[in-house]
Amino acid sequence: MSRRLPEGGRFTDRSQRIGFTFNGRSFQGFAGDTLASALLGSNQVLMGRSFKYHRPRGVVASGVEEPNALVGLGSGDRFEPDQRATTTEIFPGLEATSQNHWPSLERDVGAINDKLARFLPAGFYYKTFLAPVSFWKHVYEPFIRRSAGLGKAPDAEARDPDTYEHFNVTTDVLVVGGGVAGLQAAKAAADSGAQVLLMEQTAHWGGRAPVDGGTIEGLDPEAWVSRTVAALEAMPNVRLRLRCMGAGIYDHGYALGYERVGDHRPEADGPRHRLWRIRAGHIVSATGALERPLSFAGNDLPGVMLASAVRDYVVNWGVAPGDRTVVVTNNDDAYRTAIALKKAGLKVPAVLDARQHGGGALMQEARELGIRVEQGWAVAKVKGGASVTGVAACLQIGSGVVMEEIACDAVAMSGGWSPVVHLWSHCGGKLRWDAEGAFFRPDPARPATGADGQPMISAAGAANGFGGLKDALEDADRAGKFACQRAGFKPAEGGVPQADLPAEAPLAPVWLMPAGAGPELRMKAWLDYQNDVKVSDVQLAAREGYQSVEHAKRYTTLGMATDQGKLSNINGLAILSDALDQPIPQTGTTTFRPPYTPISFGAISGEAKGSLFQPLRRTPMHAWHEGNGASWEPVGHWRRPYTYTQPGEDKHQAVVREINATRESLGILDASTLGKILVKGPDAGRFLDMLYTNMMSSLKVGRCRYGLMCNENGFLIDDGVVVRLSEDSFLCHTTTGGADSIHAHMEDWLQCEWWDWKVWTANLTEQYAQIAVVGPNARNLLETLGGLDLSKEALPFMGWTEGTLGGFPVRVYRISFSGELSFEIAVPANRGRELWDALIDAGRDFGITPYGTEALHVMRAEKGFIMIGDESDGSVIPQDLGLDWAISKKKDDYLGKRAQQRSNMRSPERWKLVGLETLDGSVLPDGAYALAEGQTANHQHATQGRVTSTYHSPTLGRGIAMGLVLHGPDRMGEVLEFTAEGFDPHGSDVAAVKARIVTPVLFRPRGGKAECLRSSPP
Amino acid sequence: MSEIIAPLNGAAFDGLLRVDALGPQGQITLRGDFAAPAFRDVVTEVAGTAFPEARRVEAAGDRALLWMSPDELMLLLPYEAATTTAADLAQRLSGEHALAVDVSDARAHFRLRGAPLRDVLAKITPADVSPAALPEGELRRTRLAQIAAAVWLTGPQEARLFCFRSVAQYAFDLLSTAAAPGSEVGYFDGR
Repeated sequence: MSRRLPEGGRFTDRSQRIGFTFNGRSFQGFAGDTLASALLGSNQVLMGRSFKYHRPRGVVASGVEEPNALVGLGSGDRFEPDQRATTTEIFPGLEATSQNHWPSLERDVGAINDKLARFLPAGFYYKTFLAPVSFWKHVYEPFIRRSAGLGKAPDAEARDPDTYEHFNVTTDVLVVGGGVAGLQAAKAAADSGAQVLLMEQTAHWGGRAPVDGGTIEGLDPEAWVSRTVAALEAMPNVRLRLRCMGAGIYDHGYALGYERVGDHRPEADGPRHRLWRIRAGHIVSATGALERPLSFAGNDLPGVMLASAVRDYVVNWGVAPGDRTVVVTNNDDAYRTAIALKKAGLKVPAVLDARQHGGGALMQEARELGIRVEQGWAVAKVKGGASVTGVAACLQIGSGVVMEEIACDAVAMSGGWSPVVHLWSHCGGKLRWDAEGAFFRPDPARPATGADGQPMISAAGAANGFGGLKDALEDADRAGKFACQRAGFKPAEGGVPQADLPAEAPLAPVWLMPAGAGPELRMKAWLDYQNDVKVSDVQLAAREGYQSVEHAKRYTTLGMATDQGKLSNINGLAILSDALDQPIPQTGTTTFRPPYTPISFGAISGEAKGSLFQPLRRTPMHAWHEGNGASWEPVGHWRRPYTYTQPGEDKHQAVVREINATRESLGILDASTLGKILVKGPDAGRFLDMLYTNMMSSLKVGRCRYGLMCNENGFLIDDGVVVRLSEDSFLCHTTTGGADSIHAHMEDWLQCEWWDWKVWTANLTEQYAQIAVVGPNARNLLETLGGLDLSKEALPFMGWTEGTLGGFPVRVYRISFSGELSFEIAVPANRGRELWDALIDAGRDFGITPYGTEALHVMRAEKGFIMIGDESDGSVIPQDLGLDWAISKKKDDYLGKRAQQRSNMRSPERWKLVGLETLDGSVLPDGAYALAEGQTANHQHATQGRVTSTYHSPTLGRGIAMGLVLHGPDRMGEVLEFTAEGFDPHGSDVAAVKARIVTPVLFRPRGGKAECLRSSPP
Repeated sequence: MSEIIAPLNGAAFDGLLRVDALGPQGQITLRGDFAAPAFRDVVTEVAGTAFPEARRVEAAGDRALLWMSPDELMLLLPYEAATTTAADLAQRLSGEHALAVDVSDARAHFRLRGAPLRDVLAKITPADVSPAALPEGELRRTRLAQIAAAVWLTGPQEARLFCFRSVAQYAFDLLSTAAAPGSEVGYFDGR
């Protein structure tokens, strides 16, 4: 059984007991425990069930590589699935639940899949597609859906109450990994004076060295670590961060760090996670190495663990994974586990060393402690079910004939070590195969490079393939000095700390145990624990023709679980290489992609939630709208009132009321969001002549002109009223959405193409609040405020004036977008609200009615005015919209002119703008297509036009629409059929609405009493 | 008496930093040829400061001249003086190819005060805010989370920050969140 040892534990504080629950049962651990160590300390070995076969699983590792011990943490709004017990620090009140079982962890119905394993081979999912469709729908899909997924998704209505944030830093050197190599690299770099940021993913400095022993500068590694950390902390140019993982490396020395600020103290204020966005001059990856499992039958039983993890639990947390532990290995390192267990007073019945000639000094030390060592032996299979009862030992070179059954309750295995090459590889660093150590290591000749073509990352220590203490420290010192040099500093003189560790005998690669294992054993030898991929599955994939490691990965799902193959990768590709009869380097590895381990979505989104999810732009009158029943329409990041509902009204009724009131007496609109760009200089007229399709240089001071803007491909991109302020200055109104992009468009042409033209621009959009006063009583209202002569004579249509209106400094434009008498009043934004209030107040006698964007849209549609984004969609040219009158024939050039002369642009077959009137008065569906005879090449119904704007017009009492129709203007009076809801493009039954082609100008086609022709868009 | 309402006029937050939304601030955008002596003379005379070097601010009394880009400056001055000063500048620069326009209502200004100033800024801007890269007297135009803004370090623990007025509330909420109690980073502060 696993249990807490009477004493020990580098990380635990036995004076501080911490209560938590697992599957509703109460447990106790100590401060410093992880969830895994606390559960093991309470003899809870079974921690979860596997994904596919629902096999019982216990913890196998002690760190981030853990594939089995995944739990759901918390509850309600704080529930989070798939959290690793090995990296979860316990805190009082922690709630954990195991996953992927029903009805309980101990008794699970899904385990029947294990018995059906023969029918769930590699590529099972893909093979289901070979069956008839009905079989998939009724048998496979329900089965796969029920079995899929490990943890439960949080409730859809749950809202994470925690906060998250980002943190941006620029540093000379970033060192990832706080083991002895990372510490030495940081020290070597920092001694040059460079700014150094060192981050470590766990809560402790020092990595494995304090567990694994040896001496550094004559000190115990733990003492050396303390001394070095203290030295680094005292340096003003060094910053150290625990619980902060180097998650990813990206182009040009950009790196992400994932700091778990609050996971271990959920009651504290402050963010839960912090995402570090680091720009580093050079990066040192000192991320250590991960131990590999051995592939023998039953290697997934709870109680079978990595040898390094077994001694971690003993040394770091004072926990014994078992009373009697058999150690099985192909290298010397695992002897450290046997020795640690023995020294802790635990039994080690045997060390099975697969190497014929055994190991070196460590083996000798184990023997001297009285531990039985069998050379050339292996595990044939592990005995037991939900826990280990023993191992059947055999010779490694045979087929698994059992020599002896050895009773035990835990197995510590070691298949050798693989450097953590993830960060090195994220941005394109290449690897080479190290035959001696049987692992891939960074190829220093092919690192990821920065903008200057030079290396931007170095690997150091075990991450660079230097496992021994002495070599690792030397390598780290070199990497640290190189890093500061790359960042522009001169490395300080300083020696490498001398380290001493017993020499180790070489490892023997063992990819399958025993070497001649037959099918029965191979079917029970796991490679990927979480996804239930076995040796037999990879071999089957090879037989079925999978040669690329990337294909085999996806076919078998090897390495596709949440641990991303940290344990299974090398073992799996070794098996694949063997099956393909090719050397391992030829098979290669799959791609290492960030993040190193999963990071939270909260950390990625940072502060962007709630009111900070997206910036919301407010006009100076926003609060008034909010207080007066506005329902909002998002326009870019602005919120504009769609309509103002009054008690007892729905939105449609409100829109109708607003339109009628405006047309009958007086309406008022907040038009502040309109883009307003000042263009000034001797070449301003010439510049605007190029930007607009019509002539702007001829506009007289004091006058306004509507203009169209196209891109160089001829397509309509914006429209608006241009105001000539003076001989050399113009104010260009743009659409709300176009303000920033049109300003950028102007600067682009000025800076890149016409750099010698004398023109300055300034975006004044936010300087002014702009208010449209619209309707037959518009002038009457403004006259009550007084101060400006706004008579027809003094301010004719398309004119502007400025002065003081009711005490406000204003500029007034006589422009209209509704067909009504209309004034747009610009006032400095700080006084916008005050003017709005004054107008509302003075307008009461006229029944002044604020209206929103929907009324604006309907009124402009009644007048046949186009709207950018409705009538235009990036593929429409002004000529399509009958706007030829706004295209200058006199100008030599304007942006889009040449494009508009292309044959396709001049084709009479282009759909053109018309008005549409339904025969029954109904409103046409938005975007509906006009049907034509016959079929398209795709066997869909042919079409001859489409609806671009459609509304109910209260003025006309029926549905009105605009649309683009083939030969439209030549077909006045013709009736077309438009697709209606439920239309099936492939069907023969046509659901259609009939509409007649009419002029787009449906309201006061001749200008009417207000002599309004054309005006400002929204 | 007219009612000049600057965005969020008077709003304040106390956390890791004190955040104050400032009242109306006169602002004039100037564009012109920085190499032209006439332009430099007029601008520096009206501002009462030296001509700022790239990315720098020159301040004197209640006026400051901010380097915004290789051909754009901003003059900060009392709100009441902005309209006439802009007209005066336009008049005196009429012989030059230059632009002077009153933009006093276009932006919202904030003052930030407190020791963890750089730590709080680093949460919301990708710019390097280390003392070496953002010294006092420097103006940094950058991005604050999702909006454009400019930061001017006016003292070791004090900064002036401005953004467009329409996003003033977002900026205030953002600064308050970044300066929330308990969210200390201790990166620049505390070293």
